Amino acid sequence: MADTTVQSAPVAGSSSRPSALKKFFLHNLSAKVAAIPMVATVLVVFIGCTIWTIYYSFTNSKLLPTGKFVGFDQYERLFATSRWNVSVINLLMYGAMSLVLTLGLGFLLAVLMDQKIRFESAFRTIMLYPFALSFIVTGLVWQWIMNPTLGLQGTMRNLGWTNFTFDWIANPRMVLFALLIAGLWQGVGFCMVLMLAGLRGVDEEIWKAARVDGIPTWRTYISVVLPMMRGVLVTAVVLIGSGIVRLYDLVVALTNGGPGISSEVPAKYVYNYMFSGGNIGQGLAAATMMLLTVLIIMVPWAYLEFGGKGRK
Amino acid sequence: MSQTATMTGSAPATGGNTATDPRGPRPKPFFTPKKIMIYTTLVFFTLYFLFPLYVMVVTSLKTMPEIRFGNIFALPSAPSFDAWVKAWTSACTGLTCNGLSPGFWNSVKITIPSTIVSIFIAAVNGYALVNWRFKGSEIFFAVLIFGSFIPYQVMLYPLVILTRSMGIFGTLQAVIVIHTIFGMPILTLLFRNYFASLPQELFKAARVDGAGFWRIFFEIMLPMSLPIFVVALILQITGIWNDFLFGVVFAGPQNYPMTVQLNNIVNSAQGTPEYNVNMAATVLTGLVPLIIYFVSGKLFVRGVAAGAVKG
Repeated sequence: MADTTVQSAPVAGSSSRPSALKKFFLHNLSAKVAAIPMVATVLVVFIGCTIWTIYYSFTNSKLLPTGKFVGFDQYERLFATSRWNVSVINLLMYGAMSLVLTLGLGFLLAVLMDQKIRFESAFRTIMLYPFALSFIVTGLVWQWIMNPTLGLQGTMRNLGWTNFTFDWIANPRMVLFALLIAGLWQGVGFCMVLMLAGLRGVDEEIWKAARVDGIPTWRTYISVVLPMMRGVLVTAVVLIGSGIVRLYDLVVALTNGGPGISSEVPAKYVYNYMFSGGNIGQGLAAATMMLLTVLIIMVPWAYLEFGGKGRK
Repeated sequence: MSQTATMTGSAPATGGNTATDPRGPRPKPFFTPKKIMIYTTLVFFTLYFLFPLYVMVVTSLKTMPEIRFGNIFALPSAPSFDAWVKAWTSACTGLTCNGLSPGFWNSVKITIPSTIVSIFIAAVNGYALVNWRFKGSEIFFAVLIFGSFIPYQVMLYPLVILTRSMGIFGTLQAVIVIHTIFGMPILTLLFRNYFASLPQELFKAARVDGAGFWRIFFEIMLPMSLPIFVVALILQITGIWNDFLFGVVFAGPQNYPMTVQLNNIVNSAQGTPEYNVNMAATVLTGLVPLIIYFVSGKLFVRGVAAGAVKG
């Protein structure tokens, strides 16, 4: 592609305009050729595929994406489906709890790790190793631990604590907390590492100043250090948030949406309608709603981060 | 509770210190209430983090009658690797009973080429973005980064159609292409930031000497970027090994990676579940990323933190 255009430029040209054309194509030619995968990914996948999905979410495609344009019908049906509504509510509840607890525990652990403790690297290694594992592994281990008959509950009952109850995985009202325990187990260490990097980035002078002013340590952390870590906090929120929206593998492994539909999530809804339900239009509409959610989170962040910098 | 304790504890201490020594707190003994609180909390969390690993390994070494006895904490009375052997060679994934080993080799066949291709392309991207900027290159980069936050589900179906029309849907190539695409944003960011931190004089000197795009890349940039290559390697191997979604959608049943086969063994097995085999299979699947994690140590931390340091 690039070569033919480059060759055609001198043939067509005699005046100054072709030389500008020539410069446009020939300048950094190797770099442009090398960047073809990136440009293709951006144009075809990130932009093209997204637009395709949005467009076809307005059709009544069933098994193949060939349906007629039906306006917002798929979206009306989507929000009339109890499974979708349960998925959205689950994601909101899980997301809120997961975000708050991951950040809170991550910060708490980072502060504790920052107290010049012994065995710091051992503690960090132990807290971060779950992050190296697959969500499938995490989900299956916790599924076994929470097994009502032979897991933690059964063990405690056998040991004599007969009314010990830890059946969250089989209890529709508690199953989100089961997901939360497994999700936190995997994610808190990562958040702690981010926060610790943020804490270590705070100038020592701040601490000296706070000490001279007689401000208690916990006050310094909350009123002085935390606001100074804004960059790290924003990054952590964005990373954790985008992970929550994608939540899929963990649910598949831990509960597979059950019991009933009580732990369904949007990503699973999309997958099931596209690949096993044979209702593509519906899956695409659900996917578009996921995109919309991410945009609602991302656009203000992007505006604050980059728009703000541009104006300065 | 603890906050009030530290507040009341430190306030008189600083008040008393100002008379004699205004600089810093007084030397503390090791067993202060604060230290005990810190270590107790840390140890509590350590137990939470270690418990599943312990349970996973212990269960995999027990026999089924022992498991039915119902003590998840107990050490195996006679540790045996039978469950491991069964998980590796003959556990059933719904239809076939070949164990996890085909999945392991599929994961190897997916991970190695995906890692190499994705890192190479991202390194070239980063290099072009820093040293050979062209019109619009920064815009493409911005969209690339922004695109990494789009949920995969949004692009999944069109990518199925694309790979199908390329004739690679359901093959290893399809998974490799998909991993290359979705690994690109973070890796490109990584390499771009790294190359931007190298002294520009090197590049300029090579330009003056007449070296071109690829020559500078292979002879100057690549030899200097070993540290970032290791970080990218760790990031990609663990990420691709742990992937479930792309494997299940794009690989096709005969190429299912280990994570997919593991989930099939545990969640769609018929008959009475064999928890020791399930846990052995789970340990086996987690082993590769765990080994990489423990061997790489601080580099892993750098790898995961690299995603956080936005350029």
